[in-house]
Amino acid sequence: MRPKLIRSLLMMIALPLPSFASLGGDTTSVRADQEKMQGTLRTSSANSYTLHEILTSNGVLVKEYLAPAGRVFAVSWQGPVHPDLRQLLGPYFDEYVQAIQERRQQRRGHGPLLIQHAGLVVQVSGHVRGFVGKAYVPQQMPAGIRAEDLQ
Amino acid sequence: MTLTRAQRLGYLALTGVLATAGCGGSGRSSSSSGGNDGSAGSNVLAITVNTGPNAGPPNNSPSINTAFASVTVCVPGSTSNCDTINDVLVDTGSSGLRILASAMTISLPPQTGAGGNPVVECLPFVDGFTWGPVQTADVSIGGEQAKNLPIQVIGSANFPSIPSSCSSNGPPKNDLKSLFANGILGVGPFAQDCGGACTISGASNAGFYYTCTSSGCSITTEALASQVENPVALFATDNNGVLVELPAVTGTETSVSGSLIFGIGTQSNNGLGSATVYTLDPSSGNLTTRFNNTTYQNAAFLDTGSNGIFFLDSTTTGIPVCKDMTSFYCPASTQNLSATNQGANGASGTFDFVVSNADMLASNSTTGVANGLAGPNSGTFDWGLPFFFGRKVFTAIEGRNTPGGTGPFWAY
Repeated sequence: MRPKLIRSLLMMIALPLPSFASLGGDTTSVRADQEKMQGTLRTSSANSYTLHEILTSNGVLVKEYLAPAGRVFAVSWQGPVHPDLRQLLGPYFDEYVQAIQERRQQRRGHGPLLIQHAGLVVQVSGHVRGFVGKAYVPQQMPAGIRAEDLQ
Repeated sequence: MTLTRAQRLGYLALTGVLATAGCGGSGRSSSSSGGNDGSAGSNVLAITVNTGPNAGPPNNSPSINTAFASVTVCVPGSTSNCDTINDVLVDTGSSGLRILASAMTISLPPQTGAGGNPVVECLPFVDGFTWGPVQTADVSIGGEQAKNLPIQVIGSANFPSIPSSCSSNGPPKNDLKSLFANGILGVGPFAQDCGGACTISGASNAGFYYTCTSSGCSITTEALASQVENPVALFATDNNGVLVELPAVTGTETSVSGSLIFGIGTQSNNGLGSATVYTLDPSSGNLTTRFNNTTYQNAAFLDTGSNGIFFLDSTTTGIPVCKDMTSFYCPASTQNLSATNQGANGASGTFDFVVSNADMLASNSTTGVANGLAGPNSGTFDWGLPFFFGRKVFTAIEGRNTPGGTGPFWAY
């Protein structure tokens, strides 16, 4: 799709019962997960991706980045708690849990989390009442998008 | 609430009379701790930074830059039915006392919620969560006492089944191997671990507290007074915050000793002096840090529980990440950097720090302390333990009055 067309489709929607899709999933997973998270949803389009922003009822701002083909290539969150990471990371959740366990010994203490696998990058930091996180699949990033662009 | 000295003395005298008179029913313990009241240093808890309880077999995983202390937990009202727990992590990044069930020998009374069912907590951390029942204890910490304090007992065998809504935070931190400590002494800027967000019913609840039956656990509302509470907030005196004092560190050490001093401006040993007060965003407990061209707006915090200074990324800083310690920076030579911290009150100050090669700092497994330990971080500026080396850092509890104003704030 051409950027102009995407921009013309820009939508601002407020729904009482939105949800979020899983990393690696497509837009159909938004509906599949709809009842899990409650909040308000905002959708907008940039040049090379569509952004779903969801404010959950317990105050977490979740962002999902969808490539033109409709696949979620990145997610981020910010809030007093984590969102449901099993749902948000979807098929990558098990890899996430295993990676944390593997690196705890090497870490020699506590601090922010950086997982840098070939097929999965996850960055989480903060503390109770103030968490920030981001996860993306490098291979699915649209051309020209850098990880730093995903806030 | 802060009492004047006269009010405090009056309160102490009153509780002494009640204890002597054997006035029952309140759950307060006998006067055995009274000998500490007013004696020099009763508001001081010794802390040690070393490789910690995980260093030896079977885990062989030494900590680095982790501050430990001892706390004593007793069955409420008892002075003999107690456990002294060593190697508890001192953490200004969380609030509330949590102890591994495996480190305890006594049984504490469980807190119960709806239907008389036990309350069990799921506390989220960056890389997982702790899960375990809320129980009540009389807790002695460095000569101060928090009576009838709700604490979390982590990894209790009585609640082995973790709800999926809790395990969605990542892997559990329910044992020594994952916690690197026998417990966490959370003395951060919040009075409770959750606050108002756990008192709301319905989908807006933050979801820390559950009531459990034989058929499972479900999220429950938890009143502020029942939540796992910063023990300092429940002390009879010196209850408006803490002061962390650690010596200056150059390079590496096996171990260093310091103090966690209770109260701010309440005794001769905890005055603010010339420290600058940086007030915090009341919801996140953060301040603002500027580093080069990056501003972490209400996204920076001082955290004794983090073992380095964590900020930005290799691309932006130009500092490579380590080959072995991949969560840390490994510059070819030590970098001298500075950042600016700014409080919600507008107070602002430059802070100089160093970043050294973490693979070299940590090459010896007996090293428990390292200045210059730093690493990349996305989204926050995490001022971990090296920030605290060689200075006095105050953490004021939300809503509590101090000579420097009302908390929450950090001052240094």
